[in-house]
Amino acid sequence: MADLATVSRLPASGMITLRGDLSGAKIKKAVKAACGQGIPVSGEILGDGARAVAWMSPDELLVMVPYGDVQAVIDAMNKALGGVHALVADVSDARGLFRVEGGSAHEVLARVCPVDLHAASFGVGQFRRTRLAQVAAAFWRHDTGFDVVCFLSVADYVDGVLGNAVTAPRVGALD
Amino acid sequence: MLILDCPYCGVACDETELSPGGEAHLKRFGPDSSEEEFEGYLFVRENPNGVHFERWRHSYGCGKWFHAARCTMTLEVFGTYSAQTFEPPQALKDKISAKRPGWSWRDFA
Repeated sequence: MADLATVSRLPASGMITLRGDLSGAKIKKAVKAACGQGIPVSGEILGDGARAVAWMSPDELLVMVPYGDVQAVIDAMNKALGGVHALVADVSDARGLFRVEGGSAHEVLARVCPVDLHAASFGVGQFRRTRLAQVAAAFWRHDTGFDVVCFLSVADYVDGVLGNAVTAPRVGALD
Repeated sequence: MLILDCPYCGVACDETELSPGGEAHLKRFGPDSSEEEFEGYLFVRENPNGVHFERWRHSYGCGKWFHAARCTMTLEVFGTYSAQTFEPPQALKDKISAKRPGWSWRDFA
């Protein structure tokens, strides 16, 4: 039987945690300078695979940039933030990154995450932090499937869980 | 299985994404309090068969604490609200009154 989707482990991507008061004008400017996007609303990711910004919590954003640009972007963000009370931290090497692609990619994640993954409920450009089997993870939907982020310390576990979930038979209840 | 709406994310969280935080709206009594007050703060808890107020933390999501009002008998969830408050919003209390006339919980009714 064919697998539900293909799971591939991606090389580390540039990820920057930004914490602070997200309504501030200087934070908006810093995000704009880093990835050319505005401030996302809750559960949203703005941008494409290379440069994006995702909403993590009411006072936290995840800025994604190419791996080699991280230090330059952090310097630019700190400059844009000026004296504002905020945190900019490089977390690129603390994350595991996976791509789940294929027509039934949503079924793979629905097996291990307590999230409504109907296309109508969770569409392209939506971002969700949740539980993946026994660990914390986040994922977002793009045109060909999902990208999944977890802590690097549990990346081997997530690799195993996703690798097992894709071998399940298709249910089709989420279509 | 409980499903609570996180007031910060707006997502419907499964119980397994949340951490329970015990009873809501407890007032802390410290070193200068009487023994009865300190015992009440530490140990005396409501155990209602009906309307109950609890604290929950969206630990697998945004990580924020919030309050939830629910019925312990039917598991119906009346609503969730911010943690930065000393009592439930009036709109939520009105909603509970419409569904459970005559309810009371500690000082709330």
